[in-house]
Amino acid sequence: MTRDAHVPDHTGANSLQLEAVTKTYAGVAAVEAVDLDVRAGEFLTLLGPSGSGKTTTLSMIAGFTAPTSGRVTLNGRDITAIPPHRRNMGMVFQNYSLFPHLSVGANVEFPLRQRGVGKAERRRKAMEALDAVELGHRADATPDQLSGGQQQRVALARALVFEPALLLMDEPFGALDRGLRERMQLEVRRIHQQLGVTILFVTHDQQEALTMSDRIAIFNQGRIEQLGTPEDLYDRPASHFVATFLGESTVLTGTAESGTLTLDSGQQVSVGGHSVTGPARLVLRPERLRLDPQGAPGPSLGGRVRDVVYLGADRRVEIDTEAGLVIVRLSADVAAPRSGDLVHVHWDPVDAHLYPAA
Amino acid sequence: MNTVTRARPPLIVWGAVVAVMLTAPTLVVIPLSFTSQRSFRFPIEGWSLQWYERFFTESRWVGALMTSLGVALTAAILATIVGTLAVIALGRSRIALGPVARGTLMLPIVVPGIVVAVGVFGAYLRWGISGSFLGLVLAHTVLSIPFVMIPVTTALRGIPETVERAAAVLGANPLRRFTQVQLPLLAPGLVTGFVFAFVTSLDEVVIAFFLQSPRLRTLPVQMYSSVTVETDPTIAVASSLVLVISTIAILVPRLVANSRTKRLATLTKEAAS
Repeated sequence: MTRDAHVPDHTGANSLQLEAVTKTYAGVAAVEAVDLDVRAGEFLTLLGPSGSGKTTTLSMIAGFTAPTSGRVTLNGRDITAIPPHRRNMGMVFQNYSLFPHLSVGANVEFPLRQRGVGKAERRRKAMEALDAVELGHRADATPDQLSGGQQQRVALARALVFEPALLLMDEPFGALDRGLRERMQLEVRRIHQQLGVTILFVTHDQQEALTMSDRIAIFNQGRIEQLGTPEDLYDRPASHFVATFLGESTVLTGTAESGTLTLDSGQQVSVGGHSVTGPARLVLRPERLRLDPQGAPGPSLGGRVRDVVYLGADRRVEIDTEAGLVIVRLSADVAAPRSGDLVHVHWDPVDAHLYPAA
Repeated sequence: MNTVTRARPPLIVWGAVVAVMLTAPTLVVIPLSFTSQRSFRFPIEGWSLQWYERFFTESRWVGALMTSLGVALTAAILATIVGTLAVIALGRSRIALGPVARGTLMLPIVVPGIVVAVGVFGAYLRWGISGSFLGLVLAHTVLSIPFVMIPVTTALRGIPETVERAAAVLGANPLRRFTQVQLPLLAPGLVTGFVFAFVTSLDEVVIAFFLQSPRLRTLPVQMYSSVTVETDPTIAVASSLVLVISTIAILVPRLVANSRTKRLATLTKEAAS
């Protein structure tokens, strides 16, 4: 099954484009020349550390912030200068942002009221939306009588009840505890698949991005560092930043020349297939490393096991080598080494990523 | 707010003493207004409603009471509108000279009343509105604006910016954001501001004294004039009325708010059980 399998084929599908969108504050670029093409029905996540420009980008899409330059289009229509209340987007905020003076039901009716929907129709649709998040029985409660998770589900119902062109979610689960966060993630995925709504999601939580998204745009210093499916980003990171930001990795530094990397500690490892020369960083994913007997083909490093941590499905092994600490993940059904054992870490050159050391 | 501190007995006694010392001199006017004597003598020898009868049958007293209520009500409404709009304008947008504008609006709290009175009197003589209802209302409005701005500013700070953003992105235009979201959330601050503005105008005497005319005399001015020429307990009636009106104005909104909180609390309990 391809990733695009649940993209709805109904006409009126909603797609969003950013063209060279830039926002500068007092001469400093918070977002620099960002191009982004969000496909109809897809779940796209803007992921990055705080201050990387992802929230500013979302804010320009919602219309709260005007870009310094560039264009935002929705279904081919230029909306750069359109105020937020005429963009027809739903939005969920980190702090829920329900209207405290209105009942839960009235909160969900709010967007319909702005669109001139009649009272009976409004109530019916609001109840439907609340039932979808299993809160139909709390329609008469006030927001402060609900728990954080319930409030966020009401906010979700409120953002979806008017069938918006696009659903924006700004770190929506940041304020929830872990168990609740995971349940909400599943619920949003289910809603996304049921309704086929286009979702633009902002988070700094890489695990959340990996589990929920069709595609992820990694932000770093106001630019999109890489855009792709979770598999693309994890298996083929385009830069050292992406490789280390997403998932756990071991980074070894050295100097590359004609297919060989001379590590700072002196060992030489083969990096066939990479054209980098000069100072470079080698990034190794823990689950792509093996502990093989000495002399097996391919690049390897010798070292002593420092610690073995049992994680259920696999084990995390820390190995001290002359080149530095190397982390290896071994499936739990492979015989585990013990602390103090001398081992050899092997990998396939295609699984190692080499980047110029900037 | 949600922690109940239990006061210790010595503190309760001390609190009671302070409360009595603060309020007793004021409360004395109430029994005095019911005396049968034509003096302020204690102890009171007989009870009578004659001073109330006199107050409500003499046009200068009734007229002064009506003028006071009219001025206070109009000034409070104007101050609430102007003060609230000022807070909203100064609160979110970054206007050049914003702090200066805010400071200027708050000045009446700092400037001595007599200085304002002389200044206003001089200006009004030139403009020809001294002794007019409009003139007095404008002066009292300016005086009351700070008392509106303080509680409304606090209320505005309590509204998260994302609540307004949520309203915008969900389709509310700026006018509807104001009427459907901002205004209801500012309401408690607005009511407090209105009450303080009303009470401020009701007992203001210095400016009202300068701006008086035979046809425009507020109750405090009438009381001040009467006490300098005659001393009969009618003035105790006037004092009692001002006291009762001010107290009601301040208490009613609090009682309404309290009963609403209690109703909400019982609702929550019912929902939980």
